[in-house]
Amino acid sequence: MTQYRGLDKPKGRGFFLFWKSMFVAAMLALVAFFWVASSSVEYIWRWNRVPQYFWVNEAADVRAEAEGDVTIIDRQGNEQRVVVRDASGEEHPHMLPGEGKVLVSTGDFAYRGDVLGRYELNRPGILLEGLWITLEVSVLAIIGGIVIGVFTGLCRISINPMLRWGAITYIEIIRGSPLLVQIFLWYFVVGTLINALLEHVGFGGISPLWYGVMALALFTGAYVAEIVRAGIQSVHRGQMEAARSLGMSYAQAMRKVILPQAFRRIMPPLAGQFISLIKDSSLLGVIAIRELTKATREVVTTSLQPFELWIVCAVLYLVLTFTLSLFVQYLERRAIR
Amino acid sequence: MINATNVHKFFYTPDKLHALRGVSLSVAPAEVVVIIGPSGSGKSTFLRCLNRLEYADEGSILIEGRDILDPDCEINEVRAEVGMVFQSFNLFPHLTVLENLTLAQTTVRKRGKAEAEKKGMELLRKVGIAEKHNVYPDQLSGGQQQRVAIARALAMDPKAMLFDEPTSALDPEMVGEVLDVMKNLAREGMTMVVVTHEMGFAREVADRVVFMDQGSILEVASPDRFFTAPEHERTKLFLSQIL
Repeated sequence: MTQYRGLDKPKGRGFFLFWKSMFVAAMLALVAFFWVASSSVEYIWRWNRVPQYFWVNEAADVRAEAEGDVTIIDRQGNEQRVVVRDASGEEHPHMLPGEGKVLVSTGDFAYRGDVLGRYELNRPGILLEGLWITLEVSVLAIIGGIVIGVFTGLCRISINPMLRWGAITYIEIIRGSPLLVQIFLWYFVVGTLINALLEHVGFGGISPLWYGVMALALFTGAYVAEIVRAGIQSVHRGQMEAARSLGMSYAQAMRKVILPQAFRRIMPPLAGQFISLIKDSSLLGVIAIRELTKATREVVTTSLQPFELWIVCAVLYLVLTFTLSLFVQYLERRAIR
Repeated sequence: MINATNVHKFFYTPDKLHALRGVSLSVAPAEVVVIIGPSGSGKSTFLRCLNRLEYADEGSILIEGRDILDPDCEINEVRAEVGMVFQSFNLFPHLTVLENLTLAQTTVRKRGKAEAEKKGMELLRKVGIAEKHNVYPDQLSGGQQQRVAIARALAMDPKAMLFDEPTSALDPEMVGEVLDVMKNLAREGMTMVVVTHEMGFAREVADRVVFMDQGSILEVASPDRFFTAPEHERTKLFLSQIL
C-alpha cells in the first residue's frame, strides 16, 4: 500500500460504504442505459445463437464414393467400415466413427453420393479457433519480445558505439512508425522477398502467422528494451561496484546481480506492454491471420448479430489480458524482495 | 603490498575538478593505515582508485607488484585479492545473507557450492551473525548488514581490505560492533586501508594515520604523534574541530 492515509483527516466507515454503493449504482446505471438504448433501436438480442460459434455440434454424413453393392459392414477397432464393391469388382471402404449410425445394410445398392452413415461432429467453432490463434501469436511474440528487448536494452547501455547506435536506431524506427504499417511491411515486402527467395532454393514459403509474430515481437521488443534499460539504470550503482569489487566481470555482475533486481522492478511496466501486445494482435487480421478480431468480423457478416458478437469478442480479450495481469501480479508477489 | 605513487585524479562533472593532486602512499603487508580528513578531501576517491573503481589519471598504483593502471592488467583478478567495504553496505538485496557470501566465491573463485557455503558460514560465525544466514539483508540492522558486507569481502580470501567509511551510515549504538570486527581483523594481521571518522579506532588500531586535505596528503604519522603532536596547521585545526 502506498497510500499515506495518515496525511489527511481519517475517513469514517460511512464514507467507504457510501462510495462503494455509489460504484455499484453507477455500474447498474450503465447496464440499464445499454438495455434501454438497445431496445429503443429495436435490436433483437439472440444470445442463444452465440455458443455455436464456440463449439460446433452438427451431423456429418458419410457418402458413397463409388457405385455398387454394399458387401461388408463391420467394426475395425474404434471405427465402423462400410465396403462398397463397384461393377469392376474393386472394393471401396468407407469409415465412420464407432458411435455413428450406419444407414445401409449389406446387399443394398448404393449410388455415388448416397448417404451410407451419419455421425455427430464436434469441433471448436470459429471464435474458439480465433481465440487460440490470438493466444498462440501473443505468447510467441511475448517470448520473442523479451529476448529482443533484453538484448537491445543491454546494447542500449553498452559502450560499444555499434551496439548502442544500432539499438537506438532500431528503437526509434520501431517506436516511430505505426504497427499497422509495420505489419504490412513485414508481410507484403519482407514476406514476399523471403518467400520468393525460399522458393528459389526449393523450400516452401513461411505462413503469414510467422510474419505476424515477427512484426509483433520486433514492435514489442523496442518498448521492452527501453523498459529494461530503465530497470537496469534504476538499480543503485553501488550494486555494480560491490559486485565488481569482488572480482566479478561485467557480464557476471549483470547476470547475477543487476538483472535479477531490475526484473523485479520492471514487472509492472512489462505487464502493461504485453497486455498492449495481446490487444495489438487484433491488427494481424489484415494479413489473413484469422485471429479473434478477424474471426469475429467474419461471424458478424454471416450472422448479422454485431452486438452480441463484438461484446463476446471484447470479453474474450479481457479474459486473456486479465489472466496475464493476474499471472504477473502473482510473480510480483512471489518476488517481493 | 600497495604502492601508490604520485596519483592524480580529475573529475569533469561538470567542471574540471582536481580531486587527487599527486598522492603517494605505500602500505606494507599486515599494516593498518587509517586515512582521515575533511569531506571533499579526496580520501574516498583515493581509496576507490586502489582497486580501480575510479581510474586514476596519472601516477602509478601497484598492488602486489601488479600495475593496475596498465590497460592490460587483469583487474578482476586484482579486485578478487583486495576486498572492499562500502559506506552504504551494498549487499545484494535479492540474495540471502549466505548467498551474498557464496556468489562471488562460486563465480570468481570457482568454488563448489558446499565449499563456498562452509566458508560462508565460517565467516558469518566470525562476524557473529551465523544464525541469520537465511534471511535477506533488509531484515538486518545496519550494523549487521555491514558485518555481512565485511564477511562477503573476506570470503574471497583477500590479501588486503579497503574500508570506505564503514561506520558513517550506522546508528551510533551499532558502530561498536562493526569496529570490533575490524579490530579483530587487524589483530589477525590483515592489511587494511581504512577511511573513517572514528578517531578512537584510528588511535587504537592504526599503525599509521594519514591526513588528507584538498586532494593531497598533508601528514603521515603514528597515531600517538598524530593525535598528540600534529605538525601541520591544517591538521591541528581539523583535530580541534572534531575532538
